Parts: sequence; C-alpha cells; structure tokens
Amino acid sequence: MKNGRGKLQLKPRNPKETLLRLFGYFKFNKFLFFGGILFIILSSLSQIAANGMLSPIIDSLVEDQDKGLFIKYILIMVAMVLSIGVSQYIGNLSMARLAQRTIHRIREDMFSVMERLPLAYFDRHSHGELMSTFTNDVDMLNQSLEQSVAQVIISVVTVLGTFIMMIYISPLLTLVVVFMLVVMLFATRFVGKRSAKYFRNQQGQLADMNGYVEEMMTGQKVVKVFNYEERAIDDFTDRNEELRKASTNASTFGVMLMPLMGNLSYILYGLVAMFGAFLVIQGRVSIGNIAAFLQFTRSISRPITMVSNQLNTLLAALAGAERIFNIIDEEEETDEGDVELVEDCTGKRGLCWRVPKDDGDYDLVPLRGHIAFENVDFGYLPGQRILKNVSLYAKPGQKIAFVGSTGAGKTTITNLINRFYEINEGTIYYDGIDIRRIRKHDLRSTMSIVLQDVHLFEGTVADNIRYGRLDATDEEVKEAAKLANAHYFIKHLPDGYDTYLEADAENLSQGERQLLSIARAAVANPTILILDEATSSVDTRTEKLISEGMNKLMEGRTTFVIAHRLSTVRDADAIMVLEQGEIIERGDHDDLMEQKGRYYALNTGAIELK
Amino acid sequence: MRQIVPYMKKYLPYAILTPIFMILEVLADIAIPYLMSRIVDVGIESRDVAYVVKVGSLMIVVAFIGMIFGIISAYFGAKAGYGFASEVRLETFKKVQGFSFANLDKFSVASLITRLTNDCNTLGQVTMMSLRMAVRAPFMMVFALIMSFTINSSLAAVFMVSLPLTALIIVVVLTKARPLFMEMQTRVDKVNAVIRENLAGIGVVKSFNRQDYEEAKFKKRNDSLMNTALKAISMIVFVMPILNLIIYGTIIAVLWYGGQQVVAGSMLKGELISFITYITQVMISLMMISMFFMQLLRGIASKDRILEVWNTESEIRVVDEPIKEVVDGSIRFDNVSFRYPISKEYTLRNINLDINSGETIGIIGSTGSSKSTLVQLIPRLYEVTEGRVLVGGVDVRDYDIKTLRDEVAFVLQKNTLFSGTIRENMQWGMEDASDDEIIKALKQAQAWEFVSKYKDGLDHVVEQGGSNFSGGQRQRLTIARALMKEPKIIILDDSTSAVDMATDARLQKVFKEELADITSIIIAQRISSIQYADRIIVMHEGEIESSGSHDRLLEISPIYREIYESQKKGVIGE
Repeated sequence: MKNGRGKLQLKPRNPKETLLRLFGYFKFNKFLFFGGILFIILSSLSQIAANGMLSPIIDSLVEDQDKGLFIKYILIMVAMVLSIGVSQYIGNLSMARLAQRTIHRIREDMFSVMERLPLAYFDRHSHGELMSTFTNDVDMLNQSLEQSVAQVIISVVTVLGTFIMMIYISPLLTLVVVFMLVVMLFATRFVGKRSAKYFRNQQGQLADMNGYVEEMMTGQKVVKVFNYEERAIDDFTDRNEELRKASTNASTFGVMLMPLMGNLSYILYGLVAMFGAFLVIQGRVSIGNIAAFLQFTRSISRPITMVSNQLNTLLAALAGAERIFNIIDEEEETDEGDVELVEDCTGKRGLCWRVPKDDGDYDLVPLRGHIAFENVDFGYLPGQRILKNVSLYAKPGQKIAFVGSTGAGKTTITNLINRFYEINEGTIYYDGIDIRRIRKHDLRSTMSIVLQDVHLFEGTVADNIRYGRLDATDEEVKEAAKLANAHYFIKHLPDGYDTYLEADAENLSQGERQLLSIARAAVANPTILILDEATSSVDTRTEKLISEGMNKLMEGRTTFVIAHRLSTVRDADAIMVLEQGEIIERGDHDDLMEQKGRYYALNTGAIELK
Repeated sequence: MRQIVPYMKKYLPYAILTPIFMILEVLADIAIPYLMSRIVDVGIESRDVAYVVKVGSLMIVVAFIGMIFGIISAYFGAKAGYGFASEVRLETFKKVQGFSFANLDKFSVASLITRLTNDCNTLGQVTMMSLRMAVRAPFMMVFALIMSFTINSSLAAVFMVSLPLTALIIVVVLTKARPLFMEMQTRVDKVNAVIRENLAGIGVVKSFNRQDYEEAKFKKRNDSLMNTALKAISMIVFVMPILNLIIYGTIIAVLWYGGQQVVAGSMLKGELISFITYITQVMISLMMISMFFMQLLRGIASKDRILEVWNTESEIRVVDEPIKEVVDGSIRFDNVSFRYPISKEYTLRNINLDINSGETIGIIGSTGSSKSTLVQLIPRLYEVTEGRVLVGGVDVRDYDIKTLRDEVAFVLQKNTLFSGTIRENMQWGMEDASDDEIIKALKQAQAWEFVSKYKDGLDHVVEQGGSNFSGGQRQRLTIARALMKEPKIIILDDSTSAVDMATDARLQKVFKEELADITSIIIAQRISSIQYADRIIVMHEGEIESSGSHDRLLEISPIYREIYESQKKGVIGE
C-alpha cells in the first residue's frame, strides 16, 4: 500500500503539459510575468550593447584621436551600463516575486485539496510521501521558478543577440566562435548525460539512506535492548559506502562542467585572439573588434554552462511539479447531499433535518440520533469485503458496543456512520434518512469521535478542547474538561488551560491526551458519540475516572463503543460480536452469556486458566 | 573544527591535491589574457604571423592543461568532500548506537534523522566547495590583481575604489538578508508543521468539520511566509545589478583613463584589453568568495548540529573488568531511587524488592506510577540515581552491558518491527536462528497461529514499523522476538494490551508453565493479564504500595481492590 521508500521519479513524464500548467499560474500575475520578461530581455540586450561598445572605443584610441567621438562612445556605454543595472533589478525582482506568489498559490491549492481528499487517499499514500511533495518538491520548484526561468530567457537572448552582433562585426571570426560552440555543446551533452545518470543514482541512494536512517532511529531503543548496535553499524557502513560512491560520481560530473566549460571558453578566447590577429594583419578587422569579440566569448559561453548546469535540477523540479499537480488533480470527497440541518423546527425545540421533496416542498425531521444499517457491504479496496451484510440499529440514546478480534471490522463500522468511506451495498439510515442524502458537513457536525490514537494540535490546551466547537466559551471548555475528568490534571500543568502543546504534545502522557480528546468530544455536544478503543491506553484507575465522565457524556446520546476490555461494554444496550466482517452474536450482556457462544468464551477465557 | 577535521584522514591526499590542482588551473586562467595581450601588442604590431601562431597555440595548450587540472581537481574534491561526509556520517551513526536511553530522550527522532542525512550531505558539499572555491577565488583574485598592477600600476588604482565598494555592498546585503532568511526558515517550518499535523490528524479534522478552520490557519502562515520571502528576496536581487554596475563602471573608468594613456602612447592596446579581462576575473572571484561564505555558514550550522550528537556522552560507565556471566534470573532492588536526568523530581523512591529466579511477577498501577521506569533499570537502560539493582546477585553496573542485555529480554511498550521478513525480525534475537527455533518462539508467543497462515510463512514481508500487522499481532511478534534470545529474565512492558483476552490467557499459561525457569515480569493494565502471577506488585506514585498474591492483595491493598472492582464487571463467576 505504501510506497514511501520507493524510488522517486526524477524525470517528468509529461514535461510539456506540466510546463503549460505552470505557466497557467502566471496568469494571476500577468503584469509581473510580462514585465519581468521584458526587463530581463532589456538587460541582456544592454549587456550585449555595452560589450559591443568596446569595439568603437578601442578603435578610437589612435594618435590623432577625435576626443569628442571618444567621449560620445563612453557616454553611450555609461547609458548602456545604467540600463543593465536598472532593468536587471526590475527584471529579477519581478521574476522572484512571480515565483513567490506562484508558489504561495500552489501551496494553498495543495493544502485546500488535501483537506478535502477522501480518507481512502491517505490509506494509499504514506505521510512521508505527501510531506515530501509538500516540502521538497515545492522547494525545488520555487528555486527553479526563481532562477531557471530568468536564466533560460537570459541565455536565449544573450546567445542570439551576441550572435547578431558578432556577425555584424566580423562573419569570419564568428565562424571560429560557432565551431567552438558546437564543440562545447557536444561536451555539455556528453557530461550532462552521464551527470544525469549519476545524479539519479545518487538520489536513489539518498532516498534509501533516508529510509534506512528513519527506520533505525525510530527503533533505536529496540536496537539497544537487543544489543543490535554492531550489526546495525555493519549494515549502515555498507549503505554509507554505496552512498559515498554515488555522491562522489554525481558530484564529480556535476562540478566538472565548470572547469570544462570555463577552459573551453578560454580555448575559444585563444582561438579568437589568434585568428583575430591574422585578420587584423590582413586588415580585415580592427583591434577594437577583437576586444569586443573577446568579451563576447566570455559572455556567450556562460549561458551555455548555466543552462546545462541547471538542466538536471530543472527536470527534477518539473517531475516534482507533476507530483504536485497530481495531488491538486486528485478527486475530492464528494458531497451530493441535499438534506441540511436547520435550527427552525416549526415550534419544536432543537435541530431538524430539512428533507427536500420532489415537488419542491420539504419535510422537517427532528434530529434524534437513530441509526440503522440495512444489509451493508463494504470493502476498502475494490473486490474486498470487510463487512458482509451487516444490519443493525441504534435507537436514540442507546449504547451499542462492538466486540471482536482485531480486523473483524469494528472500526470500519464507525467509519461508515460518518461517511469517511462509501459503502458498496445496502443503506445506512440516520433518523430514517439515507446518510448519502445528508450533507457531510451537517452529518459530521452531529457526531464526535474519540480514537485510540489521540491526535492533538499545536496550540494551548484550551485551543485543543475548543477544537470540538470553535465558539465554546472558556466556561464551556472548563465544563467539558471537568466532565471528562481532565480538569484536575490540566490545573496542574504549568500554565493550566493556557499551557502550550507542541505538535506531538509529547509533554502529555497517553492517558492525559486521551482525557483531552474526550473533553474535545464533549464540548462539541454531539448527538452521536463514537468511542473507538477510547480507554484502552489509559490505566484502569484513570479509566475509572474517565468512565464516570463518559457515562455523564453518553447520557441522552446514541453511543457506539469499541473496546477490548469487556468490562467497558457490559452495560451496553446491545453488544455486537463481530467475526470477519459479520455480526455473529448480538444481544445484551446477559443474553450473550446465556448463549454461551463467542462472547461467553471471550469472557471466560481468563478463568479457564485456573 | 579540531574535532571533526581528523575524519578527513582517509581522504587526506585528495584533500591536499584538490587545492593544488585548483591553483594550477588558476595559473593557466591567469596566463591567457596576458598571452592575448602579447599577440595584440607584439604579433599584430610587428605583423609577425609566426609569432601569432606560436603564442596563439601556446594559449590553447595552456587552456587545455588548465581544463585537465580543473577536472582532476573536481574529481579529487568530490572524493575528499563526500568521503569526509561519509566518515562523519558513520561516526555519527556509531555515536548514536552508543547512546543510552537518556541520550535518546534528549534528541527527537526527527532531529537525529536530519543530522544523519541532510547535515552530513551539506557538510560534504561545503567541504568540497571549500577545497575548490575557497582556494580558487582568492588565488584568482590575487593573481589577477598582480597582473593588473604589473601591466599598469596607475590604472590598477581603480581597484582601490571598486574592490572595497563591492566588498562593502556584499557584506551589507548579507548581514541584512541573513536574519530575513533565518526568519524565512522558521516560517517555512511553521507552514510545514501545519501540513504535518493535518496529515497525521486528517480524521480528526474531518470528523469535526474543521477543514475551513485549518485552511485559514494554513493561509495565515503561508501568507506570512510569502511576505518574509518577498522581503528577503528584494534584498538579494539587489546584489547582481549592483555588481554589474560596479564591474562595468570599473571597465568604463579603465577605458577612460587607459584610453587616454593609449592615445598618449604610455600604454598598449593589448594591455588595455587584457586589463578588462582581469577586471572581470577579480570581480567574479569576489562574488564567489561571498557565495562561499554563505555556503560556509550553512556548513557550520550542520557541523554544530553533528557535533552536538558527538559531544553527548552516555552516562552509562563501563567498569574495568566487567562480569561476563549472569548466573541466574534473580533480581534485587536495593533502596533504589531514580530521577530522569532532565527532571528535578524523583520518579522512583526507596524501592526495595527481591525477585527469585524463575518467578512470575505482575506489576500494576496507574499511569505515572513509574512501572516502566522501575523495570527499565533492570537491563540498565537507565542508571540508578541512588541505591543499586542486582541481577543474579551482581550489581548491574558491574556487568558487561552486552551480557546483561542478552540475558534480560525487554519488550518495550513502544515497540517496533523493522522492514524485512518475519524471519529477519526474529533473527534480531538470535543471529542465524534456524526456522525451528523461530517457530518455537512464535508458538510460545501465540504468533504462529497467524504466521503459519501466510503462504510465504517466515518469509512474509514486514513493512516499516510493522504497519501491515494489527496491534495485537505486532505485540505477539515482538514478544516472540524477545523470546528468541533465550533470556534468563523477560520483561513485558504493557506488551499485551492489544491482544485479545483469550490469546492473552494462553500467553500467560506459556509464561507460567512452559517458560517456568525464566523470570518474567509483566506490566499490565488489566488484572486478568497478571492475576495468576506468583506475585503482584502494586505501584503508586513512584513507590511500591503493596505486593503479594491476587487474593492477598484483595485483602490488603485498597488500590488493587479498586482496580479489581472496576474490571471484574466483565468477568462472570467471581
């Protein structure tokens, strides 16, 4: 299912489409985009012109110099140089701003889509994988947008412009330059190909190393307990050596371009000087022409080096952009419901479902918390049957418990009630309404879930409780905490309710986190409560505290409980024993004990030992 | 620096040769404009074609040699840089392997991962850059300056203005931009924190309908990131245009003054042209130096983070002549008090406890009663603060730590399986264990019943963290892995919480009957998991409240009675 350690795609599958898509983002900043390009082109042209001015200036340095002309040339050059400065600043600034704004928007789009993806998506993709797209890929794209786009434009303009200037000054000398440029292009391609290969290899090794290190560091305490250190070091040494070789190769070829191109351009410089000298001797060009040409050879080889240097990064960035767009294109959770929750219940107190009828009129059904499953079939993957023909009902205010071994489908049932997943067959009714007709937002707003793996958010303790209902007052937050028996420990935290919890809330014990999540559920004041192994990581004494609060919380609410500990389900109105996706026994505790079936066996397992 | 540099030793020849070849390349690069000026001033002036060919060929040869030197230097630099990085990475990994639990508590897992991966890579890159750029740029600058002064010292005076000016601008921009970039990094971290949090808690977000709320939170941080980034960038984009202005300004100044000298006959045209090339070389070198400093800062930050790992000393001391045999599985706590190194308060106070070899001990108590802490002292995962812990009659501090931990198997509460196969995971307990031995342990841990159902049996793949198994299966596999060690003592720290009751009961039976000669210590939440232990210890707020058999505790321990009352409801026939 997860492919977090799989090799990363480094080459874009469809570069053209991705590029177009990317350019699509520029439409939000047309002014920056076109203005930026304009000024970058202007700065490149000014640079060519400034270099070109060397030719007349140097040629004007003769004994009977026309001082006026000399000053005029110098002034033209000064103007060109000022133009380089100003247009380069405006151009670069525009491109950098464009990049930032684009990335900002892409990030926002990604996050917004992520929030609305169905849960099934997160089953298929590991957190690490998604996180890497959010950070590495976005980062890479940012850098490329900031530098590469401008770089490519500058290169094209510089090469073309310089070429025109050179042909204008001396077609013959241009021939020499063209010859060397071809050589340089071949050299670049030669190195570039190998470099790309080694670069990919290095990225693969890096990903391997990251995966390995992540796993080992996570399990480091296990390593200690098993005296596994030496074997781990041996293993690591091998991988480390592989990575070293890959990095050395990749970096050698990556860095090699610099001396290679730099010196090839010096060879070109030498050739120009030599052939230029012949031509001067023959009287075909002037010394000033050579001076300008020499400056051109430097400025024309730089773009080639730059672009070839960045080609790999650029391709990798495009591949990353593809992954980004894949997320953005992912289908969001559907919500076709037309039944809404309304406060106006025509005279009665409380909330009502507003059920539209075909004739444009609507019925008002009071919200009570009645749940019914009718022949429900479900599988997480196509063709899979996790739940088979499940039928059950819960009357408002009843407590329904699910018992069964791991993988029997207990959690799955609760995941269907709030429509985290879509059922394949059958129907689930909520107060007699098919839940598919109910707007998801309204459906979920009537339910609270307390899970075994508590997830808290960065923020204060009060913020975390208030997550259940954003407009809860401080007093209500405190009430909820008291109900969940969390008030006592919160009071003893350094800053009480204002204690700041870091992302993982590692400063709280498992039990305390659990208490907070119960308070969070309580403040939401739900009609339906789902407790999934909610107390299994709390010790029995704390559990006792919780169960008192929980009993108060459950009053008047339909509650679904999943628990390992049979003691917590004993007083349920109905207990469903699940086995491989089917309800094999149902009834209250006394009924089931009488049946002497699976439930009975589970309960008495401990006693057999005696 | 002194601490980390010795790790270059293995690659020292490369580290020395890299800058040498670099300097040779620089010399070639410097010679070329000079040769060019000879062609113009001598060759063209005297119309001597042979001279032009001679010097021109020389230029090409020099450039070619420069290229070879440059490529060699690139290769050696990569070898030295990444070789060094790999040595440092290995050393860091070794260091972490030597960490005690207390050390591991200090560093978060994520931070250790970053240090081993990103920081080491950065170090390699920066080392390579230092060996090349940090040599190339200053040498290039100095040589080019020397050449300019030799050609025309009065003209070279322009550098007196342009060099300090450039340096000043670079320094000002960098010092202004640095804090902005650092702030940008914190904002990036904040944006990532929201993403990570939402990925982990997507279920919570959805069930509370908090998508819009989270999006607003994200938007705020994303906006503030962009604003800082824009500020930082407007500083940085200043650099290039200004530098261009200075370079071309210098060229114009040289053309102006030099041009007049050429007209006056005190300077040659070729010299003037080569002078212009030298200006470019000097300025570009200066820019490279500034870029290098930015890289260096990154490298230093990485180095510091790595050294933080290196300089963390394990508090676990090794005695001179450690004992290499554990005679039996008896355990004794002798007036033990303990507090975590990071904490001020004592977690355990005055613990006295005698456990006979082969006894089965259950430990129960509320969270925070320090049950886990107590048992972690037995394989010396933490060092006692006061008193002593004896295993087999010997203070745990006198043992060879490997011997001790081989005999004390510990199933951690937060346990992990590693990616690979079931067999490979089992072999953690015993290298080269045979299939029969593995199956035996799996059977004892009640894991064989589901492992045997896999078509590929022991070769069944375990995904990272054992994510393809249910909680209960994972726990049984980790118990089996511990049993593979054939220890004298086994400790289960709340390791059966996800196992269903019937299986749990069978497990207990195995520990009590089949593994009767192993001392077993079982921490549990449910009384049913330990009810039949030889002795049950009730922990309360870092002290032993009482101990005894199930029946005795029901009589004497109010805490035990309370726990029992709350749990017995589910059990009939009491």
